[in-house]
Amino acid sequence: MDFILEIRDVTKTFPGTVANDDVSLNVRRGEVHALVGENGAGKTTLMNILYGLVRPDSGRIVLRGADLPLKQGFLGTDYGIGMIHQHFMLIREFTVLENIILGAEPTRGPVLDRAGARRKVEDLIARYGIEVDLERKVRDLSVGEAQRVEMLKVLYRNADIIIMDEPTGVLTPQEACGLFATMRGLVADGRTVIFITHKLGEVMDVSDTVTVMRHGRVVGDMPVGETDVARLAELMVGRRLDAPPRRSGSSFGAPVLRVDHVRLEARPGVKPLEDVCLEVREGEVLGLCGVEGNGQFELFEILIGLRRPSAGSVVVRGVDVTRRSPAARREAGLAFIPPDRTTMGLIAEFSLRENLLLGRQGDRRFSRMGFLDGEAIAEETSRLVGEFGIAPPDPDARGYSFSGGNQQKIVVARELARDPEVLVACQPTRGVDIGATRLIHTFILGQADGGKGVLLISADLAEVLSLSDRIGVMYRGAVVGVLDRGDATEEKLGLMMAGVAD
Amino acid sequence: MKANVRTSLTDLVPPLVALVLAGVVSSVIVLLTGESPLRIAHVMLSGSVGGAGSIAGTLEEATPLIFTGLCVAIAMRAGLFNIGGEGQLVVGAFVAAWIGYRVGGLDPALHVALCIALAGAAGALWALIPGLLKARFGAHEVINTIMLNYIAFILTNYLIGLPYFRKPGQIPQTEDVLASALLPRMTFLYKYTRLNLGFVLAVVCALLVFILLRKTGLGFEIRSVGYNPLASRAAGISVVRSTLMAMAIGGFLAGMAGSERVLGVHRHFISPFPFGYGFAGIAVALLGRNRPLGVVVAALFFGALANGGAQVDIATTVPRELVTVIQAIVIIFVACEYPIRHLVLRRRGAET
Ligand SMILES: Nc1ncnc2c1ncn2[C@@H]1O[C@H](COP(=O)(O)OP(=O)(O)OP(=O)(O)O)[C@@H](O)[C@H]1O
Ligand SMILES: [Mg+2]
Repeated sequence: MDFILEIRDVTKTFPGTVANDDVSLNVRRGEVHALVGENGAGKTTLMNILYGLVRPDSGRIVLRGADLPLKQGFLGTDYGIGMIHQHFMLIREFTVLENIILGAEPTRGPVLDRAGARRKVEDLIARYGIEVDLERKVRDLSVGEAQRVEMLKVLYRNADIIIMDEPTGVLTPQEACGLFATMRGLVADGRTVIFITHKLGEVMDVSDTVTVMRHGRVVGDMPVGETDVARLAELMVGRRLDAPPRRSGSSFGAPVLRVDHVRLEARPGVKPLEDVCLEVREGEVLGLCGVEGNGQFELFEILIGLRRPSAGSVVVRGVDVTRRSPAARREAGLAFIPPDRTTMGLIAEFSLRENLLLGRQGDRRFSRMGFLDGEAIAEETSRLVGEFGIAPPDPDARGYSFSGGNQQKIVVARELARDPEVLVACQPTRGVDIGATRLIHTFILGQADGGKGVLLISADLAEVLSLSDRIGVMYRGAVVGVLDRGDATEEKLGLMMAGVAD
Repeated sequence: MKANVRTSLTDLVPPLVALVLAGVVSSVIVLLTGESPLRIAHVMLSGSVGGAGSIAGTLEEATPLIFTGLCVAIAMRAGLFNIGGEGQLVVGAFVAAWIGYRVGGLDPALHVALCIALAGAAGALWALIPGLLKARFGAHEVINTIMLNYIAFILTNYLIGLPYFRKPGQIPQTEDVLASALLPRMTFLYKYTRLNLGFVLAVVCALLVFILLRKTGLGFEIRSVGYNPLASRAAGISVVRSTLMAMAIGGFLAGMAGSERVLGVHRHFISPFPFGYGFAGIAVALLGRNRPLGVVVAALFFGALANGGAQVDIATTVPRELVTVIQAIVIIFVACEYPIRHLVLRRRGAET
């Protein structure tokens, strides 16, 4: 057997958790190898070990027939391993080309050989069909483009094993298709791709082999031809999953959230929002989709109160909150699931207990005369941990120690616990496993069933389609159309998102 | 719980390593001056903890450092760099002296409390100026707190020149405060000590700051903003409020330090006021890792260094400045904590 990579009996424990428990995994040269598993199953940890970021307690990794120096420590890049993290490591003020060659600059004598570097990068672009403008600054790129820059960075360093940790979480369906084409091109060229995802459909579409992890162990390892989505899901969670929740209600009340002709001019000439009008009614889920970078994020910032619009207003239950603080908006009945849990949703250094309290520390339920009520907080913590299945359930564990999906659950739990009149959820299930996604979807629908309003901003069309009553599409800073659920299809929305109006 | 204990233990290692390294480097320097490091260490030890008088002296030196260390630490926890402890201390000292000699006929407990409260308020107001500038206009607090230090020196120097404040005579100082405004000295420990009840007050303040940070909503907000202002704002926490509160509380503590110096030690305000405590507070907070109880320990350590250093000056050929050098070395090594921590943690193989 021609295994390029053999992971043998790798174990890694963190205080209180066994992240990898005697994990063995073989990867063939020239395959796309998918790695799936619930949140906290240990996927990222395993890849970090392979890339040299985390040192395992025990075990071996044999790469191209030779042992990796796990004990001494090493850098993946020195061994032809490249990793594309979910959080990009790019310098915003540098151009794409500069970012790609940074740290591996080709020189002729003492001089930077920019032209030579450019040729090499352009070769890669042509060979694998990775579209990106080399002269643009990274800060002006969309998430999808930034990811392609990361890919080029890795290829530029001649990596022939490429690890991608949940690359599709941030992509639109079109972008994901492009990525899959690139991945197939890479393996056709003899490179090897290891690919972590929570979307089992993608596993079936693009990979050759799939490994399933659960609770730090490998529980299955098979060619994708011998399995299907349902069986993979069952392996992952260890039981049969219920059918995904779908929207069924259809009686709506008065408008609870109105966005009225909101415009935003960020810098002279740069207008992320041209003219946005929206209305969410009681008992309604309004989906809002669009290719990342079309103003959704700016709209979210305006709704949450981190930014003032240049014109227009935001009205909650008849109260104009346009000029109010984030705290006042929350008092008016809004709650928010921010798009990026690590920068905006959580305090990495805070414990689970504190993160679940964040923003509610002044609530009468949790504080008496300015003093925090430890008992009430402990009760609330264990209630939310139980209800949302946050793992590990250790109230003292710090935010950064949770796996990506569990961090997301913490944010969702906290925001839903406010029992808001209107929930504004931005990518609420980004990086969350199937079981937890269903749970979060059920909670979102529960809001609407309880007569509350939900604004769901998401690039995941399947999510938007299954949860929303109406679906708006954002394109170039404006809502270019709102479809009823019955009229919306993935194709129609996709065209509208691409700016092709009907 | 276990994880918590473990973290605080690992937290202790880097400062300790820093201290050991500082000791080694200092020994080399002492050797270069031709003295024996062992002898110097002995003199410093006996001068700082060898006997009731030395211990009282160490506690006395530590007292203002606890206050100013807390002042810097609480700002740090809110993500602010308050370098203005010096100026906040000076205005507090001035107000304490003024109320102390001017307002008569009060019950002693009341008079002392009034002096301290108003000194604290003065320090708080002084600190609120850069706090407001930061919160309202985003002006950087480092620059503004430094500038306000100078303004405090110059302003009090000007005021002390006015006949209303100045005691007749050559020296620019106020009258001594009335007996009713004196902080009682702890003479039961050592007859000639200047150690006073201000020390107890400082320790109580450290406890209060600890409780504030750990047990109150305000403390929660301050820590939250200090760690991640964006997530805090998004969660509805007012960054303005926590900035202002952290500056005001810190300023209050620095002002209290000034009142302790006046009511317990010098008995009057003199210009220029003995300075350094405010700046030393930065080092104290650094060594104490911005934790209230850590600040107390660090202040005791710096107090011992200062007190032992005085003995070195008297009893050996090594100049007193050497002690300042040793302090500086300690600070440098503590500032190098990150690489040290990295080394310590690496050896244990516990990467993040
Ligand atoms: N630095 C750390 N300190 C303590 N525990 C950690 C640390 N990093 C990871 N863990 C724990 O190890 C386990 C595995 O985490 P890992 O990030 O590998 O999961 P994952 O499979 O990538 O999950 P997700 O799908 O949510 O990203 C989790 O229980 C997590 O809490
Ligand atoms: Mg992960």
